[in-house]
Amino acid sequence: MSLWSWVLLAAGMAFLTKLAGYLLPQSWLDRPIVADLAGALTVGLLASLTVLNTVGKGQALALDSRLLALGAGALALWLKAPYLVVVLVGALAAAAGRAVGLP
Amino acid sequence: MTGRLTPAVRMGLSIAAAVGVYGISFGALSAAAGLSVWQTSALSLLMFTGGSQFAFIAVIAGGGTGAAAWAAASLLGVRNGVYGMQLKALLRPSRRVIPLMAHLTIDESMATASAQDDHDERVRGFWAGGVGVFVMWNTFTLIGALAGNAIGDPGRWGLDGAAVAAFLGLLWPRLKGRDPIAIAVIAAVATIAMVPTVEPGIPVLIAAAVTALAWLIRRRRGRGAA
Repeated sequence: MSLWSWVLLAAGMAFLTKLAGYLLPQSWLDRPIVADLAGALTVGLLASLTVLNTVGKGQALALDSRLLALGAGALALWLKAPYLVVVLVGALAAAAGRAVGLP
Repeated sequence: MTGRLTPAVRMGLSIAAAVGVYGISFGALSAAAGLSVWQTSALSLLMFTGGSQFAFIAVIAGGGTGAAAWAAASLLGVRNGVYGMQLKALLRPSRRVIPLMAHLTIDESMATASAQDDHDERVRGFWAGGVGVFVMWNTFTLIGALAGNAIGDPGRWGLDGAAVAAFLGLLWPRLKGRDPIAIAVIAAVATIAMVPTVEPGIPVLIAAAVTALAWLIRRRRGRGAA
């Protein structure tokens, strides 16, 4: 299937998931267990995507300037910087690493 | 609906302003991942949930299949279903507006609505956050996608570093307490172990499965619901 098909299918799935929360019987969803699993999945997926974006390079691991971005982003978050600043600091750290010749 | 600048409206609009600029990095990274400007804008208009959109383009950028991108985005979107359930109980919307409300159900509108103390303010907060973020997110996604096509090598500008920080920024506020930190570490280790072993895109799905398993084991031991 083309990339367009997957874009539209993923968008449709996102909407149906949101809608399900409003339309499914309250008794199905109104259990702490559902919110708890959804919370755990969100943490697991975000952690996986953070790591993948830091050291993943296709089907290989690569240590490069993105590690600087991870460290700088963590420092900014620890200093309670706003989200936008965190993203910009990550970009600056990686760009600075490349500017001084790191991979 | 939201005529006056009540505290809830002001909170929703200021969140929207902040999120807008972060739409630029999504647009630019999506272009760098190889999506066209139209595909990038379609994600922001139709999927409209930032974390899932970033997950989708991250899998594509890493060389994963469309199916793996679909699965990663869909799993990360599960929390929006939980928000929908909570917002339905909180705002008691009429059936007529539910489809529109569902589309605007994201981290930001949920946060703005649930931060208010009375019913009317919650409703105003939801709409101000939802509509405000929708307008800003889509405008700046488009600007970012156009800019991303123009600037060439995203690595030189550190855009891949921006993606790392963007995901870390989404994860950070959820790492409260021992259980979430343990789950994050398990998912991270599973990802690193799987990247060289399986096709691109699949490590994220394996990490999700491992997360669910870890969560289940924790529950079985009788302390998981905490």
